[in-house]
Amino acid sequence: MISDFTLASARAALRARRVSSTELTRHFLGAIDALNPQLNAFITVTADRALVQAAAADAALASGDHGALTGIPLAIKDLFCTDGVRTTAGSRILSPFVPPYESTVTANLLRDGAVFLGKANMDEFAMGSSNATSAYGPVVNPWTRTGDNRPLVPGGSSGGSAAAVAAGLALGATATDTGGSIRQPASFCGIAGIKPTYGRCSRWGVVAFASSLDQAGPVARNVQDCAILLGSMAGYDPKDSTSANIPVPDFAAACRRGVKGLRIGVPREYRSDDMPPEIEALWQQGLAWLRDAGAEIVDVSLPHTKYGLATYYIVAPAEASSNLARYDGVRFGARSDGADLTALYENTRADGFGAEVQRRIMIGTYVLSAGYYDAYYIRAQKIRSLILKDFTEVFAKVDALVTPTAPSAAFALGDRLDDPIKMYFNDVFTVPANMAGIPGMSVPAGLDAHGLPLGLQVLGRPFDEETVFAVAQTIEDAAGFLARPSVRAGG
Amino acid sequence: MSLDPAAVRRIAKLARIRVADDALPQLAGELNAILGWIEQLNEVDIDGVTPLTGAAQMTLAWRADVVNDGGDAERVLSNAPDRDGQFYAVPKVVE
Repeated sequence: MISDFTLASARAALRARRVSSTELTRHFLGAIDALNPQLNAFITVTADRALVQAAAADAALASGDHGALTGIPLAIKDLFCTDGVRTTAGSRILSPFVPPYESTVTANLLRDGAVFLGKANMDEFAMGSSNATSAYGPVVNPWTRTGDNRPLVPGGSSGGSAAAVAAGLALGATATDTGGSIRQPASFCGIAGIKPTYGRCSRWGVVAFASSLDQAGPVARNVQDCAILLGSMAGYDPKDSTSANIPVPDFAAACRRGVKGLRIGVPREYRSDDMPPEIEALWQQGLAWLRDAGAEIVDVSLPHTKYGLATYYIVAPAEASSNLARYDGVRFGARSDGADLTALYENTRADGFGAEVQRRIMIGTYVLSAGYYDAYYIRAQKIRSLILKDFTEVFAKVDALVTPTAPSAAFALGDRLDDPIKMYFNDVFTVPANMAGIPGMSVPAGLDAHGLPLGLQVLGRPFDEETVFAVAQTIEDAAGFLARPSVRAGG
Repeated sequence: MSLDPAAVRRIAKLARIRVADDALPQLAGELNAILGWIEQLNEVDIDGVTPLTGAAQMTLAWRADVVNDGGDAERVLSNAPDRDGQFYAVPKVVE
C-alpha cells in the first residue's frame, strides 16, 4: 500500500517500476484533498504542476535516467521561494507574492527529480512554536490524545511540513529551524527531522527571519529518509555568503555506522525539576539503548544553557527587525495606502504583520536602538560566545549529545497563546544548537501516557551530521517506533 | 527598566508600525514582560568576552567584482504593488 511507503521504499519501488510517480502523486493529492480541510497543513496545493513533474519523472525512470529523488512527492514549507508559485511565509503581507525565482534548496530538489505537491503552512515568518501565528489559520496535529478528540498543535514553525508527513500527505518535506522549528514539530508529530550545521544548506531564496540562526533541513518518516533528503538539499552555493564550501558526505551511508565506541554526552543542565517524569524516563531509556549498542555515556556540563533562551530572544528579534524592514509595501507584497510615504509604510506593516511578528520587530528595534544596543544586543552576542564555548569544550570530550527534544508533548490549540514567554519555553532544549550553529536531530522514541509521541534530540559537532545520523538511527532502531496518528491517509 | 506608552510609541515609530494610542498600554505590558524576563542576562559575567556575530565559523569568501546578473526589470517589477513604467510608484515624497 502506498500509505505504508517510506521515502526510501517508495524510491526502490519507483526504480523497480512497481509503482509510477504519477500513481504516487495522485495518491498524495487525493490524501491532501481528503485531509487538508481538517489539518490545514498546506496553504497552496500545486496539483497540476505536480502531475507534470510526475510525468517527467516517469519518463526519466523509464529511460533509466534517475536522480536521488526522481518521482518522490514532497511538501515545501512556504518559506522557500518557488518560481511562479505563491510564497507567503505564513504572512498576510506576502499574500500576493509570487517569486520570479527558485530557492537554491528547492532547485537542488528539483535537479534530483522531486515532485512538489504544494506549499506547507507555518507560523508567520517562522515565529512561533505551535503554528497558531499563521495568517492562513492554525495547523492541526494529526495525533490526538487517547480517548480525547480535542485538536492539538503540531508544533512550529514547520508545523504544516510535520503534520503533512505524519498524516501521510507527503513522503517528506522541507523545513527550516531558527530556534527549534524543525525539531520541535518533528517531536510533536512523531516523525524525524534534522537541522544541519549552519552553512550546510544555502539560505538563498529562503525568506529570512534571523540570518545568523536560520538553517534549512528536512522532516520525514524516519532517519534514513531525512538523510536522503538532506543529501539533495545541502551543498555549497556562492549566492549565500555563509554557505560552507565543504563536500556533502553520504548521509544515508552514515546512518548504518552504529555507535560502538562513541562517547555520548548527557548535559546535566538539561535536567530540571519541572521536566515531566515520562520525558525524563524516555531520556534514560534512550541512553540505555545507546549503551547497549556499544556507546559510552558521559555526564557533561554546558554551564550557560539556562541563558540560551533569553539570549535568543534578543538576537533573533534584532535580526528579524532588520530583515523584515524590507516589507514596506513598495517593491513586493501587500500595500495599505497612506496619505504620505511614512503613513504608507506604517499602515502596510500594521495591517500586514500579525501580533507576534509585530511584537518581535519592536523588541528587536528596541534592543538595537541608540542607548540600548550595548546593554542588550552586544551583551547577548557575548553570551552567545559563551554558549558556543560550552559546546566546543564538550565536543573535545564527547562525539554527540543526547537530550529530550522538547519539554512537553503536543498541547491543545489555544493553550499558551496568552503568554508569549511560556510559549518560548518550547524551544528551551533546541535553541542552544542554533546559537552555536551545530547540527541537531529529533527522532521519535516513544509515546507518553496519553498516546502522544515524544522525541529525543541528538546534537553533534559542526559539519558532523554523519555521527548525528548514526546515533539517531540507533535510537530509532531500538525504539521500534511504529505508532501512527489517528488522522492519516489510507490506501 | 520599564517602557511606558510614550516609549512604545517611539519604538513603533522607529519600526514603522502604526499602533493606535489605546493599544499602547497593553503592548507596553507585553514588551515589559519580555524585557523583564531578559534581565536575567545581567547576572552573566561577560568581562573580556568577544561578541559572536554569527554561527558560521569561517572567513567570508571573496568573489570577482563583476556584474553577474540583472537587466531583468520586468521580473523584478512583477510583484510591485504599484509601478510607473520601469519604476516603483509611491506617494509624492518631495513637494
